[in-house]
Amino acid sequence: MNIARYSLIAAAIVALTACGKQEPAQPAAAPASTPAAAASADSVKIGFAGPLTGNIAHIGKDLENGARMAIDNINAAGGADIGGKKVKIELMAEDDQGDPKTATTVAQRFIDQKVVGVVGHLQSGTTIPASKIYSDAGIPQITPSSTAIAYTAQGYKTAFRLIANDGQQGKVLGEYAANKLKVKKVAIIDDRTAYGQGLADEFEKAAKASGLEIVKREFTNDKETDFNSILTSIKSAKPELIFYGGLDAQGAPLKKQAKKLGIKAILMGADAWQTPEFIKLAGADADGTYASIPGQPKEQLPGGQEFLAKFKEKFGGEVQLYAPNSYDAVMVMVDAMKKAGSTEPAKYLPELAKIQFSGGVTGPIAFDEKGDIKDGAISIYQVKGGKWELLEVVGGAAKK
Amino acid sequence: MNLIDIFSRQRKTSLISLGLMLMILPWIISHGFESGNSYLRAFDMALLFIMLSLGLNIVVGYAGMLDFGYIAFYAVGAYTYALLNSPHLQALLPAWMMYPPFIVSIILAAGIACVFGIMLGGPTLKLRGDYLAIVTLGFGQIVRIFLTNLDRPFNLTNGPQGINNIQRVHLFGLDLGRPVQILGITFEPVHLYYYLILFFCALIVVVSLRLQDSRIGRAWVAIREDEIAANAMGLNTRNIKLLAFAMGASFGGISGALFASLQGFVSPESFIMMESVMVLCMVVLGGMGNIPGVILGAIIVSITPEILRDVINPLQMALAGRKVVDPETLRMLIFGLVMIVIMLVRPEGLWPSSRRRAELKPQTKGIALQEKDDMQDAERNHD
Amino acid sequence: MDIFLQQIINGLVVGGIYALIALGYTMVYGILQLINFAHGEIVMIGAMVTISCINFLVGHNVNLSGPVLLTVSIAMAIPVTMLLGYLIERVAYRPLRKAPRMAPLITAIGLSIVLQQAATMIWGKNYVPFPAILPTDVLEIGGASITTLQVAIIILTAVILTGLFLLIERTKLGRAMRATAQSPDVARLMGVNVNTIISMTFMIGSALGAIAGVLVAANYDQAHAYMGFMVGLKAFTAAVLGGIGNLGGAVLGGILLGIIESIGSGYLGDLTGGFLGSQYKDIFAFLVLILVLIFRPSGLMGERVAERA
Repeated sequence: MNIARYSLIAAAIVALTACGKQEPAQPAAAPASTPAAAASADSVKIGFAGPLTGNIAHIGKDLENGARMAIDNINAAGGADIGGKKVKIELMAEDDQGDPKTATTVAQRFIDQKVVGVVGHLQSGTTIPASKIYSDAGIPQITPSSTAIAYTAQGYKTAFRLIANDGQQGKVLGEYAANKLKVKKVAIIDDRTAYGQGLADEFEKAAKASGLEIVKREFTNDKETDFNSILTSIKSAKPELIFYGGLDAQGAPLKKQAKKLGIKAILMGADAWQTPEFIKLAGADADGTYASIPGQPKEQLPGGQEFLAKFKEKFGGEVQLYAPNSYDAVMVMVDAMKKAGSTEPAKYLPELAKIQFSGGVTGPIAFDEKGDIKDGAISIYQVKGGKWELLEVVGGAAKK
Repeated sequence: MNLIDIFSRQRKTSLISLGLMLMILPWIISHGFESGNSYLRAFDMALLFIMLSLGLNIVVGYAGMLDFGYIAFYAVGAYTYALLNSPHLQALLPAWMMYPPFIVSIILAAGIACVFGIMLGGPTLKLRGDYLAIVTLGFGQIVRIFLTNLDRPFNLTNGPQGINNIQRVHLFGLDLGRPVQILGITFEPVHLYYYLILFFCALIVVVSLRLQDSRIGRAWVAIREDEIAANAMGLNTRNIKLLAFAMGASFGGISGALFASLQGFVSPESFIMMESVMVLCMVVLGGMGNIPGVILGAIIVSITPEILRDVINPLQMALAGRKVVDPETLRMLIFGLVMIVIMLVRPEGLWPSSRRRAELKPQTKGIALQEKDDMQDAERNHD
Repeated sequence: MDIFLQQIINGLVVGGIYALIALGYTMVYGILQLINFAHGEIVMIGAMVTISCINFLVGHNVNLSGPVLLTVSIAMAIPVTMLLGYLIERVAYRPLRKAPRMAPLITAIGLSIVLQQAATMIWGKNYVPFPAILPTDVLEIGGASITTLQVAIIILTAVILTGLFLLIERTKLGRAMRATAQSPDVARLMGVNVNTIISMTFMIGSALGAIAGVLVAANYDQAHAYMGFMVGLKAFTAAVLGGIGNLGGAVLGGILLGIIESIGSGYLGDLTGGFLGSQYKDIFAFLVLILVLIFRPSGLMGERVAERA
């Protein structure tokens, strides 16, 4: 009994199972491969990756549902017309657990499974390491939600994003606070995630540039629910507005605790706040909160209302956050395939880069040379009577 | 089962065939399965975890100190490598410090992790058992929180955004980030990294084996069994315990540096507490203090969730005909259950060391009962 | 001054909750020398079951005032967590009582994962809001604000702790528990059914956990399948800070930890000119812990263990 013999046996088993798997696989693949060569054009896989377990799984699942809805719509119409054929699309959804290591394994898995494009990932921490692998394999990746500037600054031709980045959103919110809300002193909190910190830093820059005074910069983390001590210390600095870079699940208790402490300042968040979840969690205290969302207001777009209604019917719940973005990501990708007349990544990638897509539920879509969405509009909302009400649309094609 | 036997002449053939097996393994995996390359990537990760669990095995398995913050050393190694091999600090560091040769980076990562190991070990030597566990847990958190927050006042770690654009490994004039052609065979980057990591893994296995039966290895076991007796026998228990922390930490540092080079990106999310817990699970599930057991544990814990990806859905379809529960939830559920069942069936680990097995299941029945009671008392009084 | 008072109040509320959870850890540890890592998940289940009960009652038009409704629901949740605590001990810990001490640690981690995933299956991946049934009046004390709920948390914690001390110190059951903690074998000789006592300990700890879970959910108005992990970790730290195995220590540790966190994140930023701010909140607790343990290796109120191996 020694380690070498054990390992040999184990290795032999691995080899046998591998061969065993290969043997039936090959004859199966051989007859299949001839029609498959033709049939491969009739069905292609698009990968989706996001955190489907863990404490932000609800946002990951929302994204998956958006992509699934797009694909079901396409397939319900018999498939997409690509190169004169009806092509069915299959969604391959994988869990990256919000963990960079798992994200790269998932990315490799997509490459192995020969997906033609990837929608994902949710956070910058997973999107960036995975983007290297997609770039090496030449597979287009559209992130519906990751806003870190670094993602498209890497210079990968395969990296696209369907959302205004931190810089754009932070700037709009900072200027809105200064020019429209006319506040003078602001406090900033961030949750020390790539998303929250990036956004808060950009907000701070824009606010300073507009002449606002930053009276306090506080921090928390993305698992915290107790903000009493930082709010107390913010209260002593008497800001007129508090900006929070972070998620809805923290935003709601933050808002409630601020009220209990008697803080009168306006609360402002960004896209991750503009969710029904926020209102559900904050209840009656939600009123008066400001938040923004990149993209045109869904309710005003031709496909928007229909999308929201169908989504609710299909998945039995409201759209949480970025489901429209992942829906559009699939739509844009398929549109590029249609234009190129091919599902091959190398062929449709140039089409994707110069696409002009008008049927999106988040607005017209085009990418700049980096892969960022062009002229991304940003809508600003406020909670009034338990509902997010649109106040203003900044930038984007609507203005032109 | 004397592991040193492996190095004797009779075992040479088995060893060579084992080596050959490991050399061709990536080809079997990547061509034998539909999503082979992702398994290979998972295998690369498993090799990194083998190194980590061998490092933790020194602290927990040999020296008997419960460490819940081990991932901190992995993080230190990864960040050391990342800072030296990415443009992040280029403007601040003198040019001769940037992009050192690969081997220098690895040695530096191991060295700095080692210093952190001593920093943790120094003040906590007096603590025992669960008190040590919670302090190491705290240490792991402290390191992670500093990595997250040291973007201000001076931007050292780039905070939550992480460090990107870490250079791929260049070795013997080869760029490991691109496919390489040798003798007409194309080696994909996953394959190349497999061999690189395999080399370091083998190195660490050899070091672990040699340590186990060295004077130091025996001293660690002596301290684990009875610190006061060990002290009375003239061992400098303080230095030997520190050495365990330092050795364990440097293994973690090497593994971290390789992780950074494989990923090309590091951010604090990779070093959460759950990772420490997982490495500990690998060591305990496999069999504390036994090198092949620890390796087995590392492979099982890191590969199982990946294999379950392929198994869950077909299984659910076959059993129920439709998706009853979310496959991802089920996957983690099964993973948790596997951990419980393994421990219930084999509390000493899947492949315990002969010493531990003898302690737990002595040959003679009378002795067995007596030993059991003694063990229980010893464990109870251990802290 | 009002700011300082406010920070102390903030700390007391959190500390009270930590203390309740820490008691669950420390009671089990005192008897079995085992870290029950699944305790955080029991806290979570307690909160989730209570919320479901409230929603069920409200949904069936049961007309009760908020506090009564809450009490009824907690009363329904407590047996659930007690049963769960009993089962956990029976299935995952009892078979391993004579095994190496790392083994039950791993089953505890496994259980923790299983319970989290099971909760995800039952209550979904979203955050679950706590029903707005409680009054949200805010009291002003010397310029500091405190809600009635927070007052109730502090009072409830004190009442439960007193009850627990009386139980341990004055009743037959308590005596048996103390005897088992000292030496299970001798306790057995004295006619104590050690297994029953251990099961009882788990059940009492789980009941406290359920109450703590509800308080957490009510105070922050939400619950989530993964909420148990972080709060469990903090409570465990509190238990060690006070000296694990010691009931008074758990309470002292919990309250101290709550106040340290609150004062630390409130003032350190200003004291260090912005270098160390609230982003290091989670570190203060551990730094204090390490400092305390260096000087008192068995925690603040832990007995000094003689140097023996």
